[in-house]
Amino acid sequence: MSAEVSMNESATAEPAAGRSVLRRLLKNPLGMLCSAFLLFIIVLGVFTPLIAPFKPNEANLNSVNAQPFSPGHLFGADRAGRDVLSQLLWGTNGTLLGSLLVLVIAIVLGVTAGLLAGFYRGKIEAVAGFVTDVVMSLPSIVLLIALFALTGPNVMIAMAVFGVLVSPTYYRLVRSVVLSVRSELYIDAAKVVGLTDARIIARHVLWAVRAPVVIQSSFVAASGIAIQAGVEFLGLGDPEQPSWGGTLQDANGNIYNNQFGVIWPALLVSLTILSLILFGNVLRDVMQASAHDKNLKKSRRRTLLQNAQSERTSAKSSNDEKAFLSIRGLKVGYPDGPEDVRTVVHGVDLDVRRGEIHGLVGESGSGKSQMAFSTLGILPKEAVILGGSIFLEGQDLLADKKAQAAARGRRIGYIPQEPMSNLDPSFTIGAQLVYGLRAVKNISAKDAKEELLALLTRVGIRNPKNVMRLYPHEISGGMAQRVLICGAVAADPELIVADEPTTALDVTVQAEVLELLRELSTERGLAMILVTHNLGVVADLCDTVSVMKDGRIVERNDVESLFNNPQQEYTKTLLESSRSVELTEA
Amino acid sequence: MLSVLKNLIRSVAILLLVTFATFCLMFGNGTGIARSILGYQAAEVDVQQKVIELGLDRPLLTQFGDWIAHAVTGNLGESFFTGQTVTSALATRVPVTLTLIVLTLILTVIFSVLLGVAAAVYGGWLDKVLQFISVLGAAIPPFIIAIALIFTFAISVRLLPATGYVSPDQSVTGWIMSITLPIAALLIGSVASAASQFRGAVLDALSKDYVRTLRARGLKESRVIFRHVLRNAGGPGLTVLSLQTLGLLGGAIFVEQVMALPGMGQMANQSAQQGDVPMVMGTVVVTIIIVLCVNLLSDFANTILNPKARTR
Repeated sequence: MSAEVSMNESATAEPAAGRSVLRRLLKNPLGMLCSAFLLFIIVLGVFTPLIAPFKPNEANLNSVNAQPFSPGHLFGADRAGRDVLSQLLWGTNGTLLGSLLVLVIAIVLGVTAGLLAGFYRGKIEAVAGFVTDVVMSLPSIVLLIALFALTGPNVMIAMAVFGVLVSPTYYRLVRSVVLSVRSELYIDAAKVVGLTDARIIARHVLWAVRAPVVIQSSFVAASGIAIQAGVEFLGLGDPEQPSWGGTLQDANGNIYNNQFGVIWPALLVSLTILSLILFGNVLRDVMQASAHDKNLKKSRRRTLLQNAQSERTSAKSSNDEKAFLSIRGLKVGYPDGPEDVRTVVHGVDLDVRRGEIHGLVGESGSGKSQMAFSTLGILPKEAVILGGSIFLEGQDLLADKKAQAAARGRRIGYIPQEPMSNLDPSFTIGAQLVYGLRAVKNISAKDAKEELLALLTRVGIRNPKNVMRLYPHEISGGMAQRVLICGAVAADPELIVADEPTTALDVTVQAEVLELLRELSTERGLAMILVTHNLGVVADLCDTVSVMKDGRIVERNDVESLFNNPQQEYTKTLLESSRSVELTEA
Repeated sequence: MLSVLKNLIRSVAILLLVTFATFCLMFGNGTGIARSILGYQAAEVDVQQKVIELGLDRPLLTQFGDWIAHAVTGNLGESFFTGQTVTSALATRVPVTLTLIVLTLILTVIFSVLLGVAAAVYGGWLDKVLQFISVLGAAIPPFIIAIALIFTFAISVRLLPATGYVSPDQSVTGWIMSITLPIAALLIGSVASAASQFRGAVLDALSKDYVRTLRARGLKESRVIFRHVLRNAGGPGLTVLSLQTLGLLGGAIFVEQVMALPGMGQMANQSAQQGDVPMVMGTVVVTIIIVLCVNLLSDFANTILNPKARTR
């Protein structure tokens, strides 16, 4: 059933999509320019016999080395008195045919091999992969030169061989697309419906690979023209046949007598290649990129940040005197077009006192992590803080970048969600812990190591000396999370921001890590913002809790009151759903 | 250690395979070779005699076995025309090309790392300008860049010699002058493509979770970039460089041709046009050996850079 549906959809979508791609291509000024230039070259190639002022290789001794723009010779004439414009025009057809040959051979070979290898895998894939590796590790031009010794001056054979040599680019592309399409459901569905393999390939896979193949072809044609001009330039072309590269070679040999002769063929070859590459780039943007540009204009970003800053300085800080950290009216947005920002945190207030463990719960996408990142000043580059303040003992971190940098790591520590991806894979555990500690504490490497060894033991790592010498991939997820906790508390911060610290861990390890966090908090008087979607964790560990929904805090209370007497409808549903999960898990 | 050995065996297999294929292609047409040596007007009898004289009438496998047996002792045969041994010809040619490529690679690393990091970290107009120049520089073939450089620096402003090579034994300044334009011609395209790929590697490393965590620990941005991001972008960067070497080997042929440098690309081209098959064969084999060595080196360097590959 689903196969039928997807087929019908694609059948009706095709013409519309094709037209819109063309329209968008021509709407882009660069796309328009390149298309026009390439079309112009093709027209020149096709109508050469009608427009060329002279016959191929027609020499006129009176025009030897004629300068550009002299009468009868717009681009001048070469040392044999041949009209440069005519020679280039007569060479256009050969260039176009050559690149067409490259494209046809490379596409037929590469796409076929890619389809077979991607669909049947096994031996076919292994052999094709090896051949691809070998062919791609050879410089094509060297082989084409070797080929000349065998075939003599025959550019078309050289281009055919070049087609074989570049076919791996299509092979890799098609194979990877096939693999991804293959794993998608609708191929399975089609198999169930009873379509044969060949029809499955024809219908679905070819449809999926068409866009990347078209884009790739633009680049392959460009390299085809470059290599053809290069082969001709080296003198491996047919001297009887006018060509772009041949004209350039001739002009280069004559550069001391007629220095401007090289300009025309060089420009023609370069512009054609450049047009093809830019055309391919525009095509890729049009066919693969999302409908509109999500980047925010620089000026707009600056205005937004300035507005937020001036609001901050004019507003009176109404922060809770007893709180260690006070977030007031925090607004965070992400770019959604050159002028637009999509707000994900809508003016949120939050207070954390010393030693208090504050839970921040909500569904994914509710803005919890954005709040955590804002507190530490580690939001992604594209994020915009649209307003609000974050006071650390009365000092606004958002108003003062230096204060924020000084607090980060020293006074506020960070425990991430995914332990393995949060350790630098290229450095040993010990090295990165020492770097981190020495970045915030004036201490010798030796002392730092001593301190960290003690702390690693404290967070429950046996044989810490050995662990310090290991790389992140050599330890387990639970161990990695203990290492990250050690890194967060090493500098003796007063507040820890923990972003889902147990989500990625096994259930047994989860309980141990929570216990560790509780102990560290009591021992060191640590305040903590614990971001989680798990109400069980909140009940277990937190003193107070805020419930977030769609970028707003909908309810806040101490844990006991919230669990016993939820005020908001949303909190009630959240509690109910977590209880039903507990029931099914138990 | 085991993986290095495995790579080595694989490389030797590829070398033999490609050598054999090239040999078959080049020596497959014995009469053709003889005719191109004697000229197309030569009598059939003379051609046949030449074929026998050069041993081209023997079965291809015998010829190949013979060639390989000599090749492992360092004897790659003799030129059909000058009688010079291929090995001695290569001995003077390969250093010129390798100098060109190695110097270009070193400069490529310096420039593309600086530009790639700058573009990735600062973004904005710098990034846009770099990307535009990258497209331009990578698109224009090396022989056109070489001609443009000659046009500008050797003919319009007579600053540097347009063609020719001065050995460093004769004159060091002369040597530097003679290789400046060729290196520049190779460097432009090479930096253009390497910088934009390196920019991608840096952006990729910058987007990793551990970078955010390192920042959250209070590390200075410069430390994060120069110690952690650069180190992690190093692996992909090496791959870029080994691919770049391949491009440079091809590009050097054109640059040697345009600027009349006595390198191995020029030798390959001239020999091919004369039909001097043993000389062409020699340059092809040396090129493949260079490529395979570069791949081995980059694999090896990658195992040093990447702790995961090291312990495997």
